Amino acid sequence: MTLTTRPPSPARPGALASPGRAGLSDRSFRSLTLGCGLLVLVILGLITISTTQEAWPAFTHDGLRFFTSDRWAPSADAFGSLPFVYGTVVTAVIALVIAVPISVGMALFLSDVAPRRLRRPVSSLVDLLAAVPSVVYGLWGVIVLAPWLAGIYGRVSDVTSPVPVLSNLFEGPSSGRSLFTAGLILALMVTPIITSISREVFDTVPTTAKEAAYALGSTRWEMIRAAVFPHSRAGVVGGVMLGLGRAMGETIAAALVIGSSPQISARLFGSGDSMAAVIANEFGEAGGLHRAALIGLGVELFAITILVNLIARHVVGRAGVRS
Amino acid sequence: MAAVPLAFVVAYLLHKGAGIVDWGFLTDDIPISSRLPGPGMGPAVLGTLLITGAATAMAVPLGVLAALYLNEYGKRGRLASVIRFLADVMAGVPSIVMGLFIYTVWVLRYGQTGFAGALSLACLMLPIVIRSAETALQLVPSELREASAALGARTSRTILTVVIPAALPGVVSGALLAVARAAGETAPLLFTIGTVNAANTSLLDGTNTALSAQIFGNARLPFDAAIDRAWGAALTLIALVFALTFIARVVARRFTVR
Repeated sequence: MTLTTRPPSPARPGALASPGRAGLSDRSFRSLTLGCGLLVLVILGLITISTTQEAWPAFTHDGLRFFTSDRWAPSADAFGSLPFVYGTVVTAVIALVIAVPISVGMALFLSDVAPRRLRRPVSSLVDLLAAVPSVVYGLWGVIVLAPWLAGIYGRVSDVTSPVPVLSNLFEGPSSGRSLFTAGLILALMVTPIITSISREVFDTVPTTAKEAAYALGSTRWEMIRAAVFPHSRAGVVGGVMLGLGRAMGETIAAALVIGSSPQISARLFGSGDSMAAVIANEFGEAGGLHRAALIGLGVELFAITILVNLIARHVVGRAGVRS
Repeated sequence: MAAVPLAFVVAYLLHKGAGIVDWGFLTDDIPISSRLPGPGMGPAVLGTLLITGAATAMAVPLGVLAALYLNEYGKRGRLASVIRFLADVMAGVPSIVMGLFIYTVWVLRYGQTGFAGALSLACLMLPIVIRSAETALQLVPSELREASAALGARTSRTILTVVIPAALPGVVSGALLAVARAAGETAPLLFTIGTVNAANTSLLDGTNTALSAQIFGNARLPFDAAIDRAWGAALTLIALVFALTFIARVVARRFTVR
């Protein structure tokens, strides 16, 4: 800005005020705000650098074994991250399988089916669901849900034991603290996010398209399939991926109900572990290489969630909805 | 449909927690032996208030200033777009990674303190504040800015005297939501604040504790007394979070210039 060096002309805003010191204060304010903006860059950069640095001993300890081995035995200096990646992915997938139909259904209900009077209170209720801290979900999950589910798991595994594939998935017995329970709680936590994004996307469907569908004689469900879904597919997918990112990064609720046993097994009702959960559970007593390995898991988690978020943004951006 | 589980959780919480929360619970020290029954969560309540408060004091001004840059100065420029993009990326960073980050850059050097916890919460809050503040600023009609400029005010003066007052309800509402989120967070605090049994009013001296961390710690213990305390702490925490969220809603609705 050269306000201070050129003679003031009435056409330029701000030039009517006295130049010189005035320009300086404007420029310093601008620099102040710019500095704060750059803070974001600095912090992100620091996160990447410092965590990778701390985790480096674990990464190089055994060649690439950190990323490919499925054995996690801190006492034997064996740090393979696969069981946790598996756990993170499985619980997130379970969460999505449960949450997406419910969320999309609720969003449809809120935007197209519900009477106007219901819309505001139910939306507020959903937002309130999102505000509940994850510890509280975790506490409820480990004290109430897990024991209750243990009985149900037992019955499901009894029923499916003669069936070949299903018996592997649902083999019992189970303490209730399992991959599936964690997935269930994650579903509860992820539903509000997906619901509100989906609702926003559904609301952007032009009314003319909906009315055209009705004019052609379609029922409400047919109208939704013909006018709402095609228009909002990308936006909803983006919302789902954001929910996925959240589910993968969720630490506390998972740490309490997942069972904490680093193993890869097909038993959905069996214990497992996720990246975030194991960091939370083992960090307190970890030293040296163990600690570096846990930080390394954090780096891995960081990378994966950023990737998921980037893909989500790209997909949502294409749909034209700013999430 | 999904409201049913929420009702379950809250009802159960009220039932379990109501039996335990009273003034003594909120102010007494945490028993050293978790096996014993009895109050309270005083240090945790204090810790949550102090740490969240400090985080807010750091994140809100910095976030609002950054949002000011994005909306008033940078607008659609290259740098502003990069910052906006990175702020969104930062919003997606798992909270435990933030905790690990502060652990590596601060705690390893200065030990576990309430302030370290505040730093990690502030990092979590920053992108939320930036995004909501920017949205609030965008809603301020440009006619206001143009009128102020036409009267001869510099951009910085326009911002301070016209834009910020107009955007204030939106900014405050967004900030309150960020505070509510931070108050409920546990993961970033796990490695940064340690734990105490007696109230610690200093942020820089010695370890501290918070409601969320206490819930997590107590939930894993096999003692009934510990679990009861966890429920009480959960009720207190949820009351705090809901209150903040509710106030944020009211502020946004009542005071926004339509």
